[in-house]
Amino acid sequence: MGGDIAAGLAHKGSKVHFLGAIVFHGLDMAAIRGERLVFSGVNFTLGAGEAMLLVGPNGSGKSTLMRILAGLGRLAGGQLIWNGDDALADRTAHAGRVAYLGHQDAVKHGLTVGENLQVWGDPAPGLVAMDLERLIDMPGRILSAGQKRRLALARLAINPAPIWLLDEPTLGLDAASVARLGHVLAAHRERGGMVVAATHLPLPLQDVRELALP
Amino acid sequence: MNLTFALLRRDLLLALRHGSDTLAVLLFFLLAAALFPLAIGPEPQTLGRLAPGILWVCALLSALLPLERLFAADFEDGTLDQLMLSGLPPSVVALIKAAGHWVVTGLPLLLAAGPVALMLRMPEEGIPVLLAGLLPGTMILSLLGTTGAAMIIGARRGGVLLPLLVLPLAAPVLIFGVSAVDAATGGQTAQPHLLLLAALLAIGLPFCPLAAGAALRAAVE
Repeated sequence: MGGDIAAGLAHKGSKVHFLGAIVFHGLDMAAIRGERLVFSGVNFTLGAGEAMLLVGPNGSGKSTLMRILAGLGRLAGGQLIWNGDDALADRTAHAGRVAYLGHQDAVKHGLTVGENLQVWGDPAPGLVAMDLERLIDMPGRILSAGQKRRLALARLAINPAPIWLLDEPTLGLDAASVARLGHVLAAHRERGGMVVAATHLPLPLQDVRELALP
Repeated sequence: MNLTFALLRRDLLLALRHGSDTLAVLLFFLLAAALFPLAIGPEPQTLGRLAPGILWVCALLSALLPLERLFAADFEDGTLDQLMLSGLPPSVVALIKAAGHWVVTGLPLLLAAGPVALMLRMPEEGIPVLLAGLLPGTMILSLLGTTGAAMIIGARRGGVLLPLLVLPLAAPVLIFGVSAVDAATGGQTAQPHLLLLAALLAIGLPFCPLAAGAALRAAVE
């Protein structure tokens, strides 16, 4: 029931305000990777407009947890709950409420910046948000690493999903782009969106909770 | 629905931009078929008798060529994660890929099959039946191939594994496709064979995307 509302909201466009009461939380989560227990007993609660930072040394399972939150990975134990329901029971519905930025930028070399974005929605707001307007006709293959990252972030910016999952979002970005990302994240939280980020670099996020992975 | 067409459009645009890959399938088909007259001699009787089999086998092998890369690029650059999170069911993502594969390989093979059949001296009354069989046949190959391609994502020797997965499943398509042409050239009705091909397509259309979707889900885990 709650899932339906969220999925509906996620498809209505970027101007929606998410319901304030919606809560995303994980209960006693555990993950196994390559027959090794990566983490166990991880709990978190995230409300509308809140942000959470995953901290922990290399190999502590930040990326693994991120993929689980996205519904891509598999939980070895525990539960992930969205608004009272099991979030992973219907993974396609869960996919509609998350936007995931992984280590890879998913930029197609054969398409221009504009075409790369167009698949996922109206490119204009994303191009403005990450200052990519001048590069709109540039093919993906000649973009620099930082420019590719900005394109991946622009795709995030036009994603109306309420939960944003960012794995090392500022990797390769210059200071101006990091500041722009800060504005995009602030606007998303203002609308009632949630942000989960994993990074070793300083992130432009105010008022953020930390979740430590051992 | 918009996203479905946007993704199909993206696949076709990429196929157009990497035109040499697309053209390679057609050239492989033409060259492979052209080798047979050299190997078995240009005698019209023998060649015409073997032509339906040659055409179908060449079409089958050509359709396999681009399959190894069907999901590999998307898997390597992270696009597959985004596709799985697009809000579309994985089976629909697989169906879009199969449709793209058919437009890029099945359709050109269908267009080239007529002239190649003439080159191989196939009896003229068999050509319409050959094309009528190749139409559902190439679609089934795209569906089976997409399923196989989804299963080999991330496998180290995927290119070798893929034909081993797909070719046994494609055997019925080959059998009915060739016997349809043989029936037509032998003065019998080709209808039952063509209907069986259509039946195979009717089975593959729902089940192949479901299986491929499950494989895609497993691949990103």
